Amino acid sequence: MAEIDLEIKVPRYLKLSGLEPLVITPESNFINVGERTNVAGSKKFLRLIKEGNFEEALSVARHQVEGGAQIIDINMDDGLIDGKEAMVRFLNLVMAEPDISKVPVMIDSSKWEIIEAGLQVVQGKCVVNSISLKEGEADFIHHAKLIKRYGAAVIIMAFDETGQADNYERRIEIAKRSYDILVNMVKFKPEDIIFDLNIFPVATGMDEHRKNAIDFIEATRWVKQNLPHCSVSGGVSNVSFSFRGNDTVREAMHSVFLYHAIQAGMNIGIVNPAMLEVYDNIPKDLLDRVEDVMFDKRDDATERLLDFAETVKQTSKERTVDLSWREEPLQNRITTALVKGIDQYIVEDVEEARNSVSQPIEVIEGHLMIGMNVVGDLFGSGKMFLPQVVKSARVMKRAVAYLLPYIEAEKNGVVSSNGRILMATVKGDVHDIGKNIVGVVLACNNYEIIDLGVMVAPEKIISEAKKHNVDVIGLSGLITPSLDEMVFLSKEMQRQEFKVPLLIGGATTSKAHTAVKIDPNYESAVVHVNDASRAVTIVGELLKKKTSVAYKKDLKSDYAEFRTNFLKRQTVKSYTSIEAARRNKFKIDWHASEIVKPNRLGIQTLQDFDLNKLVDFIDWTPFFRSWELHGRYPDILTDEVVGEQATELFEDAQQMLQKIISEKLLTAKAVFGLFEANTINDDDISVKSSEEEFIFRTLRQQSKKAEGRPNIALADFIAPIATEIKDYMGCFCVTAGFGTKELAAKYESELDDYNAILVKALADRLAEAFAEYLHKNVRQVHWGYAADENLSNADLIKESYKGIRPAPGYPACPDHLEKKTIWEILKVNEQIGVALTESLAMWPAASVSGYYFGNPEARYFGLGKIKEDQLRDFAKRKEIEYETARRWLQPNIAE
Amino acid sequence: MSEIQKALMKRILVLDGAMGTMLQRYNFNEEDFRGERFKNFHKSVKGNNDLLSLTQPQAIAQVHAKYFEAGCDIVETNTFSGTTIAMADYGMEDLVNELNFESARIAKEVADEFTNKEPHKPRFVAGAIGPTNKTASMSPDVNDPGFRAISFDELRVAYKQQAEALIDGGVDILLVETVFDTLNAKAALFAIDEIKEERNIEIPIMVSGTITDASGRTLSGQTAEAFLISVSHIPLLSIGFNCALGAKQLTPHLEAIARRTTLAVSAYPNAGLPNAFGEYDESPDQMAEQIREYLDKKLINIIGGCCGTTPEHIRAIAKIASDFSPRSINFNSQVTV
Repeated sequence: MAEIDLEIKVPRYLKLSGLEPLVITPESNFINVGERTNVAGSKKFLRLIKEGNFEEALSVARHQVEGGAQIIDINMDDGLIDGKEAMVRFLNLVMAEPDISKVPVMIDSSKWEIIEAGLQVVQGKCVVNSISLKEGEADFIHHAKLIKRYGAAVIIMAFDETGQADNYERRIEIAKRSYDILVNMVKFKPEDIIFDLNIFPVATGMDEHRKNAIDFIEATRWVKQNLPHCSVSGGVSNVSFSFRGNDTVREAMHSVFLYHAIQAGMNIGIVNPAMLEVYDNIPKDLLDRVEDVMFDKRDDATERLLDFAETVKQTSKERTVDLSWREEPLQNRITTALVKGIDQYIVEDVEEARNSVSQPIEVIEGHLMIGMNVVGDLFGSGKMFLPQVVKSARVMKRAVAYLLPYIEAEKNGVVSSNGRILMATVKGDVHDIGKNIVGVVLACNNYEIIDLGVMVAPEKIISEAKKHNVDVIGLSGLITPSLDEMVFLSKEMQRQEFKVPLLIGGATTSKAHTAVKIDPNYESAVVHVNDASRAVTIVGELLKKKTSVAYKKDLKSDYAEFRTNFLKRQTVKSYTSIEAARRNKFKIDWHASEIVKPNRLGIQTLQDFDLNKLVDFIDWTPFFRSWELHGRYPDILTDEVVGEQATELFEDAQQMLQKIISEKLLTAKAVFGLFEANTINDDDISVKSSEEEFIFRTLRQQSKKAEGRPNIALADFIAPIATEIKDYMGCFCVTAGFGTKELAAKYESELDDYNAILVKALADRLAEAFAEYLHKNVRQVHWGYAADENLSNADLIKESYKGIRPAPGYPACPDHLEKKTIWEILKVNEQIGVALTESLAMWPAASVSGYYFGNPEARYFGLGKIKEDQLRDFAKRKEIEYETARRWLQPNIAE
Repeated sequence: MSEIQKALMKRILVLDGAMGTMLQRYNFNEEDFRGERFKNFHKSVKGNNDLLSLTQPQAIAQVHAKYFEAGCDIVETNTFSGTTIAMADYGMEDLVNELNFESARIAKEVADEFTNKEPHKPRFVAGAIGPTNKTASMSPDVNDPGFRAISFDELRVAYKQQAEALIDGGVDILLVETVFDTLNAKAALFAIDEIKEERNIEIPIMVSGTITDASGRTLSGQTAEAFLISVSHIPLLSIGFNCALGAKQLTPHLEAIARRTTLAVSAYPNAGLPNAFGEYDESPDQMAEQIREYLDKKLINIIGGCCGTTPEHIRAIAKIASDFSPRSINFNSQVTV
């Protein structure tokens, strides 16, 4: 009976569970948390969630687990996603995949309602990421108690009522206070507490950052020694933030930091295993300099590491000039030129090839096709990226152009192609970058492309298709009204008994829209294709005699099934009446609200604006996206997969940008105005411009909101007329598009699609940069409500500024019709020559228009879907036919 | 330390056997199930065993008494399906409070009689909280794995109602049992924790999971250890397994948790695996022999029987258990290893 009285001593370990246990003991290796299932950290994951492509989002999670992540962090915090719904849906799907749900999850959100919704669907013991004393003790205790009751561990951020801990003393002060509250008051198990003690960058050049690493490490040591049983975690890549672009130095910094932080007791964290050098393999000179920086050992530590970084950079640059491939046999040289996109020697190589064959056509069908097949294979297997392929196409085109006169002289030489494809941007739409890219890539694969350009009327698409007897028709569009154009075309093609497959692509298109709205209209195949690499495979399958029939049949049934599932799975959202939504509007206390009268009311124009001033305002991330390179700038330049390509593309873009600016190849113009304004009848804004009244009609969110959440309309950000308060708003249109068409045409005539596309993509970026620049100028000068604002470009991209500039056609105001009102007030066409097409796209394409709202409480939001009652009310207010309103707002009407 | 904790420090406690198996012996027909009170009820109620606490209370009391006579320390209330969720099948959601209250009262009355007769061996009542017939972390639709037929909150509300009525009826312990989806159990534990705070009471909680087959996992896919970790956030009296397997098949899973927890460990296996006719035919002696292995290895603190077990089985098990000292436990350190 002796053992009954024996006190069993049990060590207190952090224990988590998915389907399987994860017990973290002092002997455990560092626990790596996977962070690719985080919309804030992964562009790809964000895109998949936004598209509702949960299937593929699951494969992101699966890859992480297969890659060794022991916990997966899941975060759905993004302004344009319903975070709670996405979290629940994704977790539910994860639970059904044993190879993912075997590991514990980390429910990551800054919103308690999302965290709680996540806790309610996970059977295992998960980790909440995170809570802190930021909002005070009462909130902290309340949330900790619930987390305990739901059975989860928790990450505590070193954050309190006064802010984030940024030195040693503050870190330990907040950690100790949090720990005492949790353990003594909430009775939280100490082993279930994980501290995130804030990893901040070092070697930034600022004195106050010099102790960032050492303070973290020492605070970790203190916490582990003084707060028994808890864990310490953090995001490691932050520490090397100032060396973005230099992996050699970053990898060394991560290893050195981890080496010491782990010794101090850090046991959990987010580390990209690819960005880690083995500590013992770091060269001695680099190691010394990194340790000097980490431990702030000398005043010139940062300079010395920077010097070293320069030497590392130079060696990598020298590598690029390698001409040894010129010594290889002819076919190898042609293949290399195509794969690398080098057109310098192609004519001499093709001439040599021509002399080696009996008929010049054999060079195309032999040498060049062999090379292009290699390009196709590499692209298809993800080893080559889009910008490279477009460069390959340039080489190919030049080679073919050189050969054509010889082929024609032979008379019997007819170049045979794999098929003839008609491509067009539909009526009313002017955007063609994506379409051109797909066209170029298909041309590379020996398809004949008949490109009808932009704003092509349906009659023309039909008649040209007949005339050229095409094998495939590809339609593209970027703005929402284009979706209807595509629906119309599919019906028209059916009526005229077309049989050729129809490809659908462009930014607003989706597989869902294609399956639900287009596919049922057309008996032959309809396929949604949104990237160039898939286009090649799909067209190949469609046109290959052997596979064509079966493939088309598969497509039809795939789309039918997708349609059924999509319609079945759509979440039934509940909506409120427009009256109820108005009663629940976003409320601003107008008598307390700070309203600033603009320094200068009225309309102003800027003609021939200096492009140099816009360069610093460019957001490069979307530029890479238009080339199908995904990732955030500047990190993308050093990305493991696409980094090299991104860097090369970026250098080409910089050169082109300099050329555009120095030779004044593009012209930027703007018109904007600031006016007196008041909200009338809840949803309309009355604007006075030189004694004339204009009315903006806004739309109001109608989905049922959680208690305390408003149904917002833009009109809520302007004082209602009844308050008798004078309020203000503005609107604008900027363009950087004049000259784009001509410049792109010049490159196209030189068989240089690469630079033609580059010009268009840059013009788009400059227009966006102009909008950003002008908004800043309006805030600081013309309106002047934020005269002392001081934000970096990164802050601007993050939209950290006060006030908003929503654009018609985008989430807060998806209605394109309001552009007409902007055009009337500002006389946009007369002033700067930007026109509206029948679908209300702007021409030139590289233009941006929108509103300015200056109230500090104004914020971006997504309208979501609206109901029939609001639609009727909107048509009545706007004095347009109900059917007209319905057609324009179609994508936003709840079924 | 509660009475039951004191008892657990001293000896292995014996839980009762199957209620359903015993009730089958009465051969109740539809009329018996209905009794006078539900004579005109609009639906068939035969098979709603929980209802017998209202219509045949003397039979329920008899079964409890037979188990106590056989030597058991704890009987379970006749409330396996006593939630609005499970009762929806019979359209008897409105009776949930009464069913649980009455079942608890009946069991407690019998227990008190025995305690009065044998004060050296106090008898206890565990309020049985079953898994319901819905799962919160699995989809019933194979084509839609993200779908859920029930939410955490719906379960929490239903469990809270059942647990409150059981406590009002006088149970000594709450037993969250036959857990095949851990998330359901977590909703029950959440509800019980709320009650404890709202009423400012302490009540011992037992949790008993179900390993469904030779894979060694719960129906919702967790290993025994993962299950243990997932329910360790609420202070428990015991953790263990019941149902689905016979005593022999359950051994490795008990081993998996027994060496990882300082809580009491419970087991109440079926009388073997079902035979070709779906009957459990392991004899009392056969089953007791299997259980000797648990005792030799010091795996358990609480032992009883599930499907197919009878007072004869419990008598054999109680006899053998009395020869062994219990596994060491430590209620102060609520820790799993």
